[in-house]
Amino acid sequence: MAETPEQVHPEAHRPPVIEPGHSFSSVTDQISSIVLTHRTPAGWWLGFALVFSIAMMLFYSVAYLVVVGVGIWGINAPVGWGFAIINFVWWIGIGHAGTLISAILLLLRQEWRTSINRFAEAMTLFAVAQAGIFPLIHLGRPWLGYWLFPYPNTMAVWPQFRSPLMWDVFAVATYATVSALFWFIGLIPDLATLRDRSENRAARIIYGMLAMGWRGSARHWHRYETAYLLLAGLATPLVLSVHTVVSFDFAISIVPGWHSTIFPPYFVAGAIYAGFAMVLLIAIPLRWAYGLEDFITMRHLQNMCKILLATGMIVFYGYLMEAFFGWYSGSIYEWYMTKNRAVGPYAPLYWALIFCNGVAPQVFWSARARSSIAVQFIVAIIVSIGMWLERFIIVVTSLHRDFLPSSWGMYTPTQWDWMTLIGTLGFFTTLLFLFIRVLPMISIFEMRTILPGAAVRAKEEPA
Amino acid sequence: MSATVARPGIWGLMAEFDQPADLVRACRAAREAGYRRMDAYTPFPIEAVFEALGLHRNAMPAIVLGGGILGGVGGLSLQYWASAIAYPLNIGGKPFFSLPAFIPITFECAILLAALSCVFGMLALNGLPMPYHPVFNVPSFALASRDRFFLCIESRDPRFDREGTRKFLEQFAPRSISEVEP
Repeated sequence: MAETPEQVHPEAHRPPVIEPGHSFSSVTDQISSIVLTHRTPAGWWLGFALVFSIAMMLFYSVAYLVVVGVGIWGINAPVGWGFAIINFVWWIGIGHAGTLISAILLLLRQEWRTSINRFAEAMTLFAVAQAGIFPLIHLGRPWLGYWLFPYPNTMAVWPQFRSPLMWDVFAVATYATVSALFWFIGLIPDLATLRDRSENRAARIIYGMLAMGWRGSARHWHRYETAYLLLAGLATPLVLSVHTVVSFDFAISIVPGWHSTIFPPYFVAGAIYAGFAMVLLIAIPLRWAYGLEDFITMRHLQNMCKILLATGMIVFYGYLMEAFFGWYSGSIYEWYMTKNRAVGPYAPLYWALIFCNGVAPQVFWSARARSSIAVQFIVAIIVSIGMWLERFIIVVTSLHRDFLPSSWGMYTPTQWDWMTLIGTLGFFTTLLFLFIRVLPMISIFEMRTILPGAAVRAKEEPA
Repeated sequence: MSATVARPGIWGLMAEFDQPADLVRACRAAREAGYRRMDAYTPFPIEAVFEALGLHRNAMPAIVLGGGILGGVGGLSLQYWASAIAYPLNIGGKPFFSLPAFIPITFECAILLAALSCVFGMLALNGLPMPYHPVFNVPSFALASRDRFFLCIESRDPRFDREGTRKFLEQFAPRSISEVEP
């Protein structure tokens, strides 16, 4: 068969990105058989039933919200943003890792990204879908959400394009569209593989329609590769712009704790940090459940730990700088806000945040910790919680102490806030479950390109 | 090799290879022999095949650039028209055309249009979606999306000759040579 036993990879001392002994056919068959199997594993049904019932909680709480109004939430006069915006920022940040893996690591020729990029992109798409729910239901009258888009209307009004909230609409809508396109374009050759390998007539027709007649022509591949690289080049500045614009929602205002120039880079780093934690949380159970240790190797998990460590330190630097700015600004409001975070009513959450995002990832300095799947998983959970806490601290502690003490207040989430948050976790996982059942969770054609047998140049004689 | 007109009833001759390197060799030789109407079919993109077939530049970058410029100009014009002409709001005497505040949306519109033109441009140039194509009539062609490498010389090539081209392809020791029904 095509492969040679020894890896042609130059970095032989590192764990390989794909275990030796695989050929074009074995890679194709192993990944596509997960989708084309006739028997859905019992574990899949069990997991799906569990997460879908949690998703139902989201549908219920959103339906109740539409009937009753935002009064069911804990938001109040000083803290008008609450869970909806916290969750929005958290979810959209999680999405960023998928684009980083699929676009930025592609441009940097990090070939280890190949086996994790497909499900990371799916994660992006599903996380952005969750994120999109929140600003919409936060509108109060979500059925008028289309007013945000510029369209000629009988009211003869136009959106306020100078508002960061409008920028958000464009940034998130563009991000969702481009992520979906990128994901779908990457899927086309694999859909053709599923079409050609499926024994089920209905599946063949559906995959065939989605593959649009892809036949692997060299002329097509040539344009496809250019298009894929160009899309990656477009997605790279886009992903940086999206969280920058999200941070503008805060930074353009004059609220102490929000009005800060460090917000854009600090938000982008935080987004990548939270996103990689989520990729780990998905990758670890997936490779275990579907026996994908050959494709998602320790090398992938360790690399992600290193990215967690690096971005975690950028985020932690952001926290230190925020505190420094508070002191150095000379503004009593800024300095009060900084002190209030550390010793005020929400201090336990602030220190939990410092632990989760600043302290916990430091274990990844140790190579032993990076090679322990249990440690990786636990730290990823801690980081995910930490990044949620970060958004809570930013939104709530900045708002609850207004400039005038007469406007001070406290924010307590209600059961509906919690049901919506936990419900989106269920909905997100539901979509992931459906995705791994009907689409290849690893990009098959890209896996073929990193096999030793794919290296033609080495073998060919000079023309 | 005689340049006879192909009989109707055959779309081309398809050679099947196990190794990408064999396909590259066949492609290069076919191009040197003067064949132009041909295509290779592979389970993944192989740059050496592009070179062997003489594929160097394509129109994608120009299309994407055009889409990006259109999106950027369109996005900025939309904001200018809405904020300065159709619905001017005087807020603290600030200018109606406040360029810095319009940059994020201009940027997003440029990316959006560039990405859309990239995807739909690529599909259009590739002629996709295509519900029918003769190469799928070759039974083993289903493996082109798995682990086989195909070269198809099409009958509309002026040098195509049913026997001569078959002989030409045979010298590369393909796994099989099939006639492609139209």
